[in-house]
Amino acid sequence: MKSLAELQAIRDKARAGINLRKENPNAARVLVGMATCGIAAGARPVLNAFTEEIAKRGLTEDIVVTQTGCIGICQYEPVVEIEIPGEEKVTYVKMTPEKAVKVVNDHLVNRNVVTEYTIGANT
Amino acid sequence: MRELSLNVMDVAQNSVRAEAGLVSITVLESDEKDLLSITISDDGKGMTEEQVSQVCDPFFTTRTTRKVGLGVPLFKLSAEQTGGSFSIVSAVGEGTTTKASYVKSHVDMTPLGDINSTVEILIRCNPDIDFVFTHTTDTASFTLDTRELREVLGEVSLDNPDVIEWIHGYLTEQSQIIYGGAN
Repeated sequence: MKSLAELQAIRDKARAGINLRKENPNAARVLVGMATCGIAAGARPVLNAFTEEIAKRGLTEDIVVTQTGCIGICQYEPVVEIEIPGEEKVTYVKMTPEKAVKVVNDHLVNRNVVTEYTIGANT
Repeated sequence: MRELSLNVMDVAQNSVRAEAGLVSITVLESDEKDLLSITISDDGKGMTEEQVSQVCDPFFTTRTTRKVGLGVPLFKLSAEQTGGSFSIVSAVGEGTTTKASYVKSHVDMTPLGDINSTVEILIRCNPDIDFVFTHTTDTASFTLDTRELREVLGEVSLDNPDVIEWIHGYLTEQSQIIYGGAN
């Protein structure tokens, strides 16, 4: 059973590295469109895939996954925007959990944009 | 929406945008009463009577008030198509309560789906807001209250990956209990 005591242990473990996480100005941002259109198109499993893959690779300090609203291209949902400080924003469209894993690997880790998933390649 | 849990995620976003500090999500499932009800209640900035009357009309969408659009109409439809009911009560400065009730056995009933995933994402993406999630069946009931977690965690954020994993584990365990171990 999950207990509050376990939570205390998590707190104590986290206290050591907490400043790192809060103040990382170079963190990359993954913005998943989670308005009605995005959710209906399947944004939730995409967001889960990003967070799971990023946690699996131990990159939670370097990459922040967050949700955003509707950016007006509902026909291309699920839409994911990747913001890396100092680089141009990349917009991926019609995302799936499988594509999310590839974007983490190729784009976020190895800094190679997955061109075939971008909005430019799909319009 | 293929799952009601997705409607919940969508409509709960309205509470987030209304600058709520506390969002309560209550799911009641009863086979005995052939009922499922979902209540989303917040202490956000609320809506005027006029806004409440417009919020269910998908064609009254305006870009300046992002509260309106398809989210609420879809949620309303999901309830009414089962012979259930839907209501929104709101007061400016006090908050908004949205409630959808369903006739569970109706042929047009949308499955509840992965409600735990919805709660998890809401907490993870809005670590500064408190959520109280209560899920009740004929057998039992459980509550996850982030205010209680926060008391234990101190300054450690709710979106800490280990905390999220704990929440995930807790929700999974508790749902197994309230579903009588069947799911």
